[in-house]
Amino acid sequence: MTFLESFLGALTLNAGYNTAVVSIGAALLGAASGAVGAFVLLRKRSLVSDAMSHATLPGVVIGFLAGVWLLGDGRSLPLLLAGAALTAGIGMISVDWIKANTRLTEDTAIGTVLSTFFALGMVLLTVLQSLATAGQAGLSGFLLGSTSGMLSSEAMTIAIAAGVVALIVLALFKEFALLCFDEDFAGSTGLGVRRLDIALLTLLLAVVVIGLKTVGLVLVIALTIIPPVAARFWTERVSRFVPISAAIGAAGSYAGACLSASAPDLPTGALIVLILFALFVISMLVSPVRGLLSALLRHRRFQKIVHLRQGLLAVAHDEPILEPITRKLLIRRGYVSGDMRPTEAGWSAARRIDRDQALWNLWREEYPDEAHALADWSLKPIDEVLSPDMVADLETRLAPHDAARAAGGAA
Amino acid sequence: MSADIFLQFDFPSILLGSLAALCCGLLGNFLVLRRQSLMGDAISHVVLPGIVLGFLITGTVDSLPMMLGAGFAALVSVGLIELVRRLGKVEPGAAMGVVFTSMFAAGVLLLEQTGAAGVHLDVEHALYGNLESAIWLEASGWGDLLRPEILAALPVSVLRLVVVNMAVIAFILAFYKELKLVSFDPLFADTLGISSRFVGTLLIVMVAVAAVAAFDAVGSILVIAMFICPAATARLLTDRLSTQLILSGIVAFSSGIVGYVFAAFGPAWIGYDMSVSAAGMIAVVAGIIQVVAMIFAPRYGVIARRRLQRA
Repeated sequence: MTFLESFLGALTLNAGYNTAVVSIGAALLGAASGAVGAFVLLRKRSLVSDAMSHATLPGVVIGFLAGVWLLGDGRSLPLLLAGAALTAGIGMISVDWIKANTRLTEDTAIGTVLSTFFALGMVLLTVLQSLATAGQAGLSGFLLGSTSGMLSSEAMTIAIAAGVVALIVLALFKEFALLCFDEDFAGSTGLGVRRLDIALLTLLLAVVVIGLKTVGLVLVIALTIIPPVAARFWTERVSRFVPISAAIGAAGSYAGACLSASAPDLPTGALIVLILFALFVISMLVSPVRGLLSALLRHRRFQKIVHLRQGLLAVAHDEPILEPITRKLLIRRGYVSGDMRPTEAGWSAARRIDRDQALWNLWREEYPDEAHALADWSLKPIDEVLSPDMVADLETRLAPHDAARAAGGAA
Repeated sequence: MSADIFLQFDFPSILLGSLAALCCGLLGNFLVLRRQSLMGDAISHVVLPGIVLGFLITGTVDSLPMMLGAGFAALVSVGLIELVRRLGKVEPGAAMGVVFTSMFAAGVLLLEQTGAAGVHLDVEHALYGNLESAIWLEASGWGDLLRPEILAALPVSVLRLVVVNMAVIAFILAFYKELKLVSFDPLFADTLGISSRFVGTLLIVMVAVAAVAAFDAVGSILVIAMFICPAATARLLTDRLSTQLILSGIVAFSSGIVGYVFAAFGPAWIGYDMSVSAAGMIAVVAGIIQVVAMIFAPRYGVIARRRLQRA
C-alpha cells in the first residue's frame, strides 16, 4: 500500500477501528482547543497555555511513579494525565499569583513558571531513569506526541474528554463572549468576571492536558493558538470567530492524526502543528475578509479608480498625462488612442468626470462637516453617494459658478 | 574526591553552566523590563530548526554552520512574529505562539532527515542540553587554571561562551544609556532621537547570539530560565538598573555553580548513588532563588508589601 493510499484510507476512516477512533478523538480535541483558544486569544492570554503545557512535565513523571507504585506499571493514561493536570494547575495558579502579588509582569510570570516547572520535570525524569523501571520509553511520546501504538481505550478517553470540554464551551458560549467584549456587563451577570476567567483557564488547562498524548507538551499550545489566529482572518464577529477557529482546529488535528497513521515514525504533534500552520498561511493569503490577496486586490482596484479619475480630469482640462500607469489604463479603456489623443468616448467620460468633480467640490464647500465624515468621498460618481435631491440642488447652484467661470475665462 | 577528577569532569561543566547562565541572565534584564520575556522562549525554540538546517546544508556537525543556521532562524522568527502580529492584528504573545511552535515542529520533522543522514541529533538533547558531557582531560591540578596552554584545551563550547559573555558585556556597556531609555521610556527615547526599534533589534540579535551559544551546552529550557529568573529576582530587589544588572549576573552565575553541585553531588549526600539533570537543577535553583525574592525582598516582596499595606 502506498503512503497516499494509506493516508486517504485514514482520512475516510477506512484504516481500521483504532486509527478511526484516534483520528476522531484528535478532531474533537482540535475543535475543543480551537474554541477555548479563541476565547483565550480574545482575553489576550494566549501564552498562559505555554506555562501550563510545560508545567505538565513534572506531573507526568509523578503520575508515572504513582502508577509504578500503585499498579506496577507507570503507563496508565488516567494517572499520567491526573499528574499533568495537578502540576499544570499549580503552574496556572503560580502565574496568577506572581502577576497579582509582585511587580513582575505576566510575560515574566509565564516564563518563570514554564522554565522552572519544566526543569523540575527534567530533574525528576533523571531520577526516574536511575530507578530503571520498565515502560519509560512511553514517556518520550509526551514530549512531541505520538498516536502510534495508542490503545483504543486511551483514544476513547481522549475523545470523550475533548467532547465534554467542547460541550462546556458551547454551554458557556454567551458568558464567555460577554467576558471578552463587555467585561463590566459580564461581571453583573450571575457568574462574575473572576469565576468566568477561572472557568476559561480551567478549560484551557483541560485541553492542554488532554492534548498531551496526541500532540505532546512542547507543541500542544499550538493547538490553542494557531486556529484562533488563523480564524481572525475570516471574520470580525465572535459568533463566527469561535466556530471557525474550532473548525480549523478540528480539520488540522484530524488531517494530522491521519497523516501520522500513515507515517507512524513521525511525531504526531509536529505533523498536526505543521498542517495547522499551513491552514493559517492559507487563511492569511486567501481569506476574502482580511487576507493578503484580497487586500492587494482592493488596493489595486482603488489605485485604478484614482488613476482613471485623475487621467480623465487631465483630459478634460487638456493637461499632459505623464504617469505611465494612468496612460496605460486610459489606453486600455479606449479613452485615448495610442498617441494619447482622446477618443470620442474619452471626451464624454472626461466631461462626465469633470462635471462630477465640480459637483463634489461645490458640495465640499457647502457641507464641509459631512464631507469630512465621508471617506473617499470623491472617488465615486456623486449620484451614487448623495440623494437625487441633493444632486439636483447642487446642479442648480453650480450654474452661476459655471457662468462666473466662463466670464472669468472670457476676461 | 581528588582535584584532578573534579577539574577534568566537573569543572568544565560548572564553567559551561554558569557562563551560559551569565550571558543569558544579563540580557534577560532588558527582556523583562521591555515585557519581552517570552522572546527568549520563542528564540530558544526556533534555534532547533536552525541547527538542523545548518547541519542539513553543510552535512557536518561543526558548530559554526549550526550556529549560523540558528542565528538565521532566530532572525527569521523575529520577522515572522512581527508579520503575523501586524497582519493578524493579534497580541505579540499569540503571534509568537504561532511562529515558534510551527518552526519547532518543522525542526522536529527535519530531524528525521538527519537520522536518514546517519547522524543523531535529537529533541531531548535540544531541550535538556548536554552539560555533563563537557570534559577537560588535560587538567591535572589546580595550577593548571593559570597555565594558558592547558586552559586553551578547555572544551570549545566553554571558550565560545567566554567570547559571547565578553560581547554581551561590551554591548551592554556600549549601549547602556540607550538600553536604559528604551527599556523604561521608549516614547521619550524616540523623542531624543534614539530609535527604540533599532536598539530593540540589536538587543534581539544579542539575545539570539547568547541563546545559540548557550543552547548547545545547556539546552533550550535552561536558556529560557536564565533569560528570566535572575533578571526577575534582581528586579524585585532594586529599582536601579545598574544594581539590577550586577545582581542578576551574580544570581545567574551562582545558580550555575550551586545547581550543578546539587545535581552532581546532592543525591549522594542523601544516600542515593546517582546524579540528576544538571541543566534542570540549575533552572530549579534559579527558580527557588526567585521564589525567595518574591516573598522576602525588602521592598517588593510579598511580606514587605503586606506590612506596607497594614501600616
